[in-house]
Amino acid sequence: AMEDVSAKFVSQKISRTRWRPLPAAALQPPDIFATGSWDNEDNRISIWSAGDLGNAGLNGEYHGEPHLLCDIQHNGDVMDMQFLDQERIVVASSTGTVTIFRHHQNNQTLSANHRWEKAHYHVDQDTSYGGAACTGVVCNNPEIVTVGEDGRINLFRADQKDAVRTIDNADSSTLHAVTFLRTTEILTVNSIGQLKIWDLRQQRNEPSQIFSLAGDRVPLHCVDRHPNQQHIVATGGQDGMLSIWDIRQGTMPVSLLNAHEAEMWEVHFHPSDPDHLFTCSEDGSLWHWDTSTNVSEKPSFLHQGGRSTAYLSHSTINQSVVSAWLSNDPTKDRMEITNLIPNQTLSVNSLDVLGPCLVYGTDAEAIYVNRQLFA
Amino acid sequence: DTVPPQVVPGADSSSRQLCFAWGPAEVLVCETLFGRAGGSRSRCPSRFWGEGRAGAAARALTDSVAGTEDGAPSNSRVFVVRRDQDIYIQTLRKLFNESHGIFMGLQRSEEELAGKSRKAQLVQVSKNYRSVIRACMEDMHQAAVSTRDPALQGQYSTQVSILSAMELIWNLCEILFVEAATAGPLLLRLLDWVRLHVCDVDSMVREVLSSESPSKHKLFWNVVDVFVLQGRMDEARHLLSKEASANPASRNMYKILDDLMKKMPVPSLSNTQTLTELELKWQHWHEECQRYLQDGTFASNPHMESICKILLGDEDAILEKKELMTTWYHFLVTRLLYSHPTVKPMELRFYAQSSMDLFLGGESSPEPLDLILMAAFEFEMHQVIKECSIVLSNWWFVAHLTDLLDHCKLLQSHNLYFGSNMREFLLLEYASGLFSHHSLWQLGVDYFDHCPEYGRVYLELHIERIPLSTEQKALKVLRICEQRQMHEQVRSICKIMAMKALRNNRLGSALSWSIRAKDAAFATLISDRFLKDYCERGCFSDLDLIDNLGPSMLLSDRLTFLGKYREFHRLYGEQRFPEAARLLLTLMTAHIAPCSFWMTLLTDALPLLEQKEVIFSAEQTYELMRCLEDLTAGNPDKQKFQDDDIETTKVEMLRLALARNLARVIVKEGTVEGS
Repeated sequence: AMEDVSAKFVSQKISRTRWRPLPAAALQPPDIFATGSWDNEDNRISIWSAGDLGNAGLNGEYHGEPHLLCDIQHNGDVMDMQFLDQERIVVASSTGTVTIFRHHQNNQTLSANHRWEKAHYHVDQDTSYGGAACTGVVCNNPEIVTVGEDGRINLFRADQKDAVRTIDNADSSTLHAVTFLRTTEILTVNSIGQLKIWDLRQQRNEPSQIFSLAGDRVPLHCVDRHPNQQHIVATGGQDGMLSIWDIRQGTMPVSLLNAHEAEMWEVHFHPSDPDHLFTCSEDGSLWHWDTSTNVSEKPSFLHQGGRSTAYLSHSTINQSVVSAWLSNDPTKDRMEITNLIPNQTLSVNSLDVLGPCLVYGTDAEAIYVNRQLFA
Repeated sequence: DTVPPQVVPGADSSSRQLCFAWGPAEVLVCETLFGRAGGSRSRCPSRFWGEGRAGAAARALTDSVAGTEDGAPSNSRVFVVRRDQDIYIQTLRKLFNESHGIFMGLQRSEEELAGKSRKAQLVQVSKNYRSVIRACMEDMHQAAVSTRDPALQGQYSTQVSILSAMELIWNLCEILFVEAATAGPLLLRLLDWVRLHVCDVDSMVREVLSSESPSKHKLFWNVVDVFVLQGRMDEARHLLSKEASANPASRNMYKILDDLMKKMPVPSLSNTQTLTELELKWQHWHEECQRYLQDGTFASNPHMESICKILLGDEDAILEKKELMTTWYHFLVTRLLYSHPTVKPMELRFYAQSSMDLFLGGESSPEPLDLILMAAFEFEMHQVIKECSIVLSNWWFVAHLTDLLDHCKLLQSHNLYFGSNMREFLLLEYASGLFSHHSLWQLGVDYFDHCPEYGRVYLELHIERIPLSTEQKALKVLRICEQRQMHEQVRSICKIMAMKALRNNRLGSALSWSIRAKDAAFATLISDRFLKDYCERGCFSDLDLIDNLGPSMLLSDRLTFLGKYREFHRLYGEQRFPEAARLLLTLMTAHIAPCSFWMTLLTDALPLLEQKEVIFSAEQTYELMRCLEDLTAGNPDKQKFQDDDIETTKVEMLRLALARNLARVIVKEGTVEGS
């Protein structure tokens, strides 16, 4: 519910929000998160504490607002950001530089730990090198993969100075996002509506598989993979459409789901409860897609575009696997979707979910923390 | 109403002539090489915007303008003069962003709500705006407290006082205009207003109340007076009771004063009593106070006597407590409380004026803030807005206040001479300021959207000036334009991005941008680059794109050709020769291929003609021959072929291959038909 959300205006447009990963076997809910800003003359990486749980009221409702622990200046817009481990964050810049920042928790400071200058670049007609925006980064400690407007894919190792592998001109259009499919394979999405699988073991500079949207080649902006069933992949497009792909078969999405009215900037399966998925968009909405509810007893009428709750039906292609996301069973073939931000006007650029907690950031220069997602 | 001209700080207009360039939200001022003597202009041009704005800020660019016409060194400087200084204050960004949400809510709010509920809604909006101002004030105060830099501290403190003045004015406008409180409740609202804003005495009150024995404190009676002056009767009585228990001798006197204070009739917010009833009760109480004062009940205690006089509304007695009230408007409200509790809105102006005169007593002249509040008490709404525009260093305040008053239907009659109304004029100014800011431009869009007259034009002009540093930012700007059907801007953004991509040798990206803008000419240009690259290198770049053009292939003829030509190569690569041959021929006969490319196509036909199996039919071969003859005969640049040995050889080889193929196919077709 909205009452459980605490907000803070931070005087900078937020492009990324990320929870710090929890140590193994942690019992506490997440508390620390990082944000990155964009389109400022002076952009920053900031580390926040979501607030003291001790402040929680009698009913467990939470009122404190996030407070800043430390921040550091960052060259260029923060395009993407990912925690490498408990202490290090990898940041992709619009200047093409990729930086690892270290968060020193003992004295609450941030410092640049390692930097790959112009990891992404253009060679223009005068053959001078200019930085090209690095649009996406994904980590699997110690490996770091970055993609950019230059269509390049870089594989770095946190402990190595030079790139382990670079695929120049991997894509002739802009690569918008990247994620790991398996330890040696990555998924990329680009500005002509393609989803590609790359096997980093192979020396060939070609994708091992290409999937693509039918009809108009609507650009894809974000991608995430189901944490347990690796063949299920979700992408978000320029038209706000959520596409679910089964990469074991076909070259087209299994289903197309429509809720956003503009670019979908991020899509995330809940890491431990993947029946839930979260998406945010330029249109200022943040949808919670829930396939866990048994809705067979609920009315099955279609109620689209509603602010509160809607039931959407899949436009499914024949499926044999039983997964909530791929299912086409007409009785179970419903999902409950909820917009978590009514009346928002400016873009929600980023979101992250961990445990019962959601954090998101907007162009209206505010960050929001919801600590009771499933209450 | 003239305001002294403003000189750009640092610009030397006495010894050099200045030149200007006006932008939408900024003015560039440049020192020229010409001295004052050499110039014939008589007017000093460093005066801006007629009205003159206290907040115009100039920022000298760090680099001097390099180079002059004759190459002589120059130390001329360029100044960027901005009209909305506060836009650049970091802490105020919270104000701009949060109030944007409130503004949007107000524009969306239902006007169909009638009467009371609509008014309640508008009052709530007003309160929301004020709470944002207060939150900002707190942040700014925190910043002032926590910084060690004295200059910065001074800056923050100034901001705190500006914000506090803004909230003071807004609150008064809320009472008088938005809520339009009527006689009775009006006084209660004004009391709240004074209590909220006169906080200079708060520390004194705290000090006395927290002392071990308040009644022994030297400021004890001051605090009692503060409570009485602000009409906080319960608190005053509570304090007095402590003093009473310490002075058993004068217990009776305390009892009487306490009783008077308890009985004082006050207006109520509910409609249980009429104004006449209140006035009757008041008269009665007033006479009782008068009796006690005259029979000398309090004569032995000057403190209590003075309080009794205040209760009677004695102006001199109240004015004696000037230091405890600190402002004339506190004096006004105290005066109203004890002499005219049922004051009507329209009577306020008389009391306000005389209170200010009495309070200032000719010792000091009123300051801008006094004049603004006075204008409000006089219900001169336009005067309030005008004075605020001149005094405040931001457009935020006037723009939002005016919009709210406009929603209260209070400004309808006022049209400006240039057609748009005041609300729109101020919103346009504010939004233009936002657009001049590196990051806040996104907020400006929604404000322009709610300016029916000129908003669209302003948006069109401003949006084109947003630097497109990354594709992501370009996409955001593009979305704004597409949602508003600003086709020309959409085209221009896509073209800029396509050009950028082209310069960076990113043909694929360039093509997607021109496809998004449906820019056929540019798509043709890029297709030609692809084809040129192919001719030079013998292979295609960016196959992933060309193979996936889909329906966008139809955008331009050249793009169609590019897609089809690539398809030919794929068919050939897959050894689907008859299909490849048919496609190749169609490209020429249907005139999909540009003439300049025919030679390449015919050369591509060579290996097909040389295949073991016959691929081109007789009819197809004739057509190929005609294409070749058309090309060689019809080419105005025939000279070229004759000069170029390679080309000549190519033509000869083609003719030979075609002839041989024709021979083979005639035999084959004849055989097939014969059998």
